[in-house]
Parts: sequence; C-alpha cells; structure tokens
Amino acid sequence: MFPKWFSKWNRDNPTNIYGPAIAFGVVGSAVFAATILVAWGQPFSTDSLQTGPRGAGMSVPEFEADLAKADPSIAGFLASTSDPVVPQGGEQTAGRARDNVPPGLEDLTVENYDRLLAAMREWTGIPDLFDDPESYQTSVGHVMIGMTRTINEGWDIHVNANKEVGVTCYTCHRGEPVPSDVWFKTGPVTASTEGWSSNQNRVTMQSQYTSLPSDALEKYLLDGERIGVHDLESRVAGVPGEDGYPGIQQAERTYALMNYVSNSLGVNCVFCHNTRAFYDGSQVTPQWATESLGIQMVLELNNDYLVPLQSMYPEDRLGPVHEDAPKLACKTCHKGYQQPLQGTNVIEDWPELATSDAPDYGN
Amino acid sequence: MAEYQNIFTQVQVQGTPEMGMDDTGGRLLAERAGTPFYSKLVGWFGNAQIGPINFGMLGLVSLGSGFMWFFIVGLNMLAQVGWSLPEFLRQLFWLALEPPGPEHGLSMPPLNDGGWYIISSFFLLVAVLAWWARTYQLAASHKMGKHVFWAFGSAIWLFLVLGLFRPILMGSWSEAVPYGIFPHLDWTTAFSIRYGNLYYNPFHCLSIVFLYGSVLLFAMHGATILAVTRYGGDRELEQIVDRGTASERAALFWRWTMGFNATMEGIHRWAWWFAVLTPITGGIGILLTGTVVDNWFIWAQEHHFAPMYDGSYGYEAYGSYEAFIGREE
Repeated sequence: MFPKWFSKWNRDNPTNIYGPAIAFGVVGSAVFAATILVAWGQPFSTDSLQTGPRGAGMSVPEFEADLAKADPSIAGFLASTSDPVVPQGGEQTAGRARDNVPPGLEDLTVENYDRLLAAMREWTGIPDLFDDPESYQTSVGHVMIGMTRTINEGWDIHVNANKEVGVTCYTCHRGEPVPSDVWFKTGPVTASTEGWSSNQNRVTMQSQYTSLPSDALEKYLLDGERIGVHDLESRVAGVPGEDGYPGIQQAERTYALMNYVSNSLGVNCVFCHNTRAFYDGSQVTPQWATESLGIQMVLELNNDYLVPLQSMYPEDRLGPVHEDAPKLACKTCHKGYQQPLQGTNVIEDWPELATSDAPDYGN
Repeated sequence: MAEYQNIFTQVQVQGTPEMGMDDTGGRLLAERAGTPFYSKLVGWFGNAQIGPINFGMLGLVSLGSGFMWFFIVGLNMLAQVGWSLPEFLRQLFWLALEPPGPEHGLSMPPLNDGGWYIISSFFLLVAVLAWWARTYQLAASHKMGKHVFWAFGSAIWLFLVLGLFRPILMGSWSEAVPYGIFPHLDWTTAFSIRYGNLYYNPFHCLSIVFLYGSVLLFAMHGATILAVTRYGGDRELEQIVDRGTASERAALFWRWTMGFNATMEGIHRWAWWFAVLTPITGGIGILLTGTVVDNWFIWAQEHHFAPMYDGSYGYEAYGSYEAFIGREE
C-alpha cells in the first residue's frame, strides 16, 4: 500500500509514536473541553433555594437551564384572560339576557358573563360548555363553579399563602375537559394476596412508580387517616397494629404520600422538613404549614365536591378499577411547580370566581 | 511484567488438579464431589482450579433449604403478576414477598397475607444455620481456628435480629423485612423514619464506624502488602514469624506516616474485629429500636447530643421564590 522507500525508512527509524500520540490526545482533548466550557458555559450548572439554617443542608436545587424556562402554561392563561368590564350601574343581568346561566352567575352583568363564559370554555376546552342543560358537563360545571369559589374564598389561607394568586378553571384544566393528574382508587394491586401485601410493590402512578403502597392518596386525601407515624417521646410502649401504634407499613404509606407531594411540587423533603427530625414542628418551614392546610383542602374538595359527582359522570369518565369519580390532589393544580403557574395571579381579572358574594370590581 | 497482567493474582498455574490433604481418616476425600477442572477466566480473578467441592450433609441441607426459600419467594412474586413472565421481569425489582400485616401479630397468618413469608423464612433460617454449622465443621476437619465461623456468626446475629428476635420482642411479624429488591430498601428507609431517625442511634453510629473502618483497613492493608510484594511481603505468614525487610519497610512507612503501625500479624486481627463488630453493633442498634427507644432523635435530645441550629426555617429568610425562578416583578 505504501511505497517501498516509506516502509524501509520506517523500519530503519523505529520511533515510539504511541507515547506522544496519547499525550497529544489527552492534552488536546483537555484543551478542547476547557474551550467549550469557557465558550458555552457549564451545561449542568445548578442554583439552589436555601430553606433552613446553614449547616442543616436544607436547600432545593434546580438546573439553571430549567429555571430559565417559564412554565409554558402561563402563556396559555395570559392569552385567555381579559380585564373585567367594570359595571357602571343599569346594565342588564346575565340571568335575564342569557339562557342556561349557571346558578350563582345570574347577577353578573351581561358583558362580564359573556367574558367569563368565553374564558371558561377556553380553560376547559369544552366549546359548548353550558349550552345543553341536559349534558352531564353542565351539571358538573355548576358544581365546579362553586368549588372554585370555595377554594378562593374558604382556602384563601392555602391558595394565597404567599400572595394573591387565586385559582380559576384553568389552574387544573389547562385547556382540557379532564384535567391532567387526577387520580382514582387503584387497590388492591394484586389478586393473589391480601392485606398489606396487596397495596404495594407495583409500579403505579399512585405510588409514584416506587414500590411503596399505592393507596396513600386514598387513605390520606380521601379517608383522612392520620399521616404522622412518629412517637413524641423517646419511649412509647406499644405493639404494631394495636391501639394506633404505627408499624413500618404505615411509615411506608406516609412515605408514599410524601413522594407524591414532593414530585407534585417539584421540591425535595427539605422544602418543608429538617430531615433529621421529620416530625418536629419546631424544625419545619412555613411551607410545611401551607402544605398541611393544602392536605385539609384536598380532603374537603374530594369529599364535598368530587366524590358526590360520581353518579353524574358517564361510565368512561370513571375509574378503571373501582368506577369511582376522578379525584384531585396536589399535582392536579401544581403540575410539578412549587406554586401553580409559578405564582401567576390568575384571580385578579376574575372577581366573579373569587367569591360567592357579589364580585368586587373595585368600584 | 507480563506475568503480572491479571487483576489480583499472579501467573495462572494449570496442571494436575490439587486434591488437597486428608488427615482425618479419609472422610474428607470421600465427601468431595465433582471432577476438578481449570478455567482461564476464573483464573484471572483467583485460583483457576474449580472443584472438587465438599458439600457434606449440612451443605446439601443448606442448599436444598435455601432453594426452597428462593422458589417460594419467586413463585409468590410470579403469582402476584398473574403468572406472566414478561410482567415478572418488568416488575422484578418492585415485587416482594411481604411479611404479614400488623393485625396478625405473632400468629400464623393466612398464606396469602404473610403465611408464605413465614414458611419461606423458616427455610431461610435452616439454610443459613446449616451453612453456619458447615463453616464450623469444615474448619474442624482442617484443624483450623474457627474465625470464619464466628465472623459469619456475627452476620447471622444481625440477620436474626432483623427477622426473628426483634419481631418477637415487638410482638408482630409485620416488623420483619420484606423479601424484594426495592421493598427491602423501602423498609430500611421507613424503619429509620418511623423510629425518629436511626442516625441518632449510637449503635448505628458504631456500626457505620466499623463498616467504613473495615473498608479503610482493607484498602490500607491491601495497598501495603502490594507495595512490599517486591520484597517478599506477600508471603505474609513467613513475614509474621520471621520478619524481613518487607515488614520493616511496611511498618516504618506507617509509623512515619501516622506515628503508629500495626504488626504483620495484628493487622489481621484489626481487620477481623472491625468487620465482625459492624453487624454486632448494628444488630444491637436494631434490637433496641422500638423495644427500648421509639424516637432516636428525641432520645438524642434527652442525652444532649442533637445540636440546635441557629437560623430561620423557610426560604423567605434567604431569598424569594420569584427571584429563584427569575420572575421578579
């Protein structure tokens, strides 16, 4: 392949080319990598939000690349919102001028009712919402308006814990008739076993794809069972399963719920807890209190609003295992963000949804 | 250095298989099974000769019983996925044979709610104890010390605490560890959380000290011997009874490095005790949890070794969410 003189010269002049080649390759690669890093920056750089005293390791880390991207749903909301039409007095009310006005909205001015109806249709992705009084969507929608007002008014302490943000249909629905991240009862997850063997060790959404129990949402966010498993003294006599002495199983179920909460909010344990003493009320953050209120809110909304809708839904809207009504939990609103829609104030344009009294247009 | 191109061992020697001695009247040779052969691959990691092996009655009991445990666990997992092999493989790391629920206490539960767990645990117990007895029997046959037997015993102590002693003291089999890949890890986390953070359990601390200490001693000793192999230091037994330049250099190296050195014989006692104390102290820590102490963090506060930190809780004291996500007004 090579000319003879070339091969001969190589034979006569044996040289170790591997040493220099490896050295050149290593140094060259290092220079190349350093140049790229300097020119383009560190692609995996992180930022963290400190959540507790220094030394306790309490912080929520995020990739800077993720932090730079705003929640894409925010744009969808901003495109659908509009300034309220401040009534000057003497306007026609929706109840007189329009058909099929949902109860509670009859006293709105026609302008604001039309505005709200258009927005609700966009938020829920149901173009003919409330047109057909016979549709199940109309009956469910009536309840949902009441639920939205309850959240804004009665659970102001959770929803507006940091600042006024409120909720609208969009907070959960995001333009879809069935909101994402609703949940159904799923247990038992095996047919061949009973008891605690049957509610865990399967890949389910309810267990957040861990092998922890899959019934945590059901027990804690529907049945209202006690979440805490710790003893508040160094020694407490008791036998697991008797007189409320929690066993390892209860701890695993709590852990499943906590996994769900942290994934729903895109945070870690130390957003709320000092992990050295999970139970200790003197070592939790204010967010722990906000979250506890959120759990109470979810309990009320599931039991008072969503579960009673079961009989209204068509069959294909019910749960695959128990034919139960879809239920909500943290992720239904939060969608992986610490504050839904990253703390966008969605209620300021919609006083009609903020209260069950007459809306406050600021006039 | 061509003869040194292997991972841990020296040149592979392959010849007539070494059958070993038999100075106990022929019993050992009689119970040796299998025709020995050589494996080049195995030789890269250790001795290239495979077999013969001495099962003995205890070995057979142990293997048979161990396989019973293995099959009970596996078939239970398979039953949980409706006897579907693809699902079995897909969910293998999630599946488990769980102990009975707390409502069954120490009674024999139904087979499908922990009963199989109890049965399989019995087989596992027999298998482990038979293998333990075997380490004693084989050591006695070879007129060896019983160091391996006692060391294995320390591991069995931890195993028995987890699966037998502690559940009995707690009054419920539900406290035992599930047989499953992820589920036993869940158990470990939940156990620590349930009892107020196991890191404040001083015996857990000791166990960690001995575990990490074992690793450190192993690395120091291995490195030292490899480093003086060129002076014959790998012939440790000879160096113990007849100290040569290898031992001198190794000892001087450590004495000059940290002012103290173990001896050629003593380093092996250091390593043995560190390894053995890891499960012994760990087992004590587990045994005390839920039986004597129910919340280790509060216990640590009562004994004044859980420091309080100065500073606020909550990010509001350190920044704002809006600034963090770059959405300041």
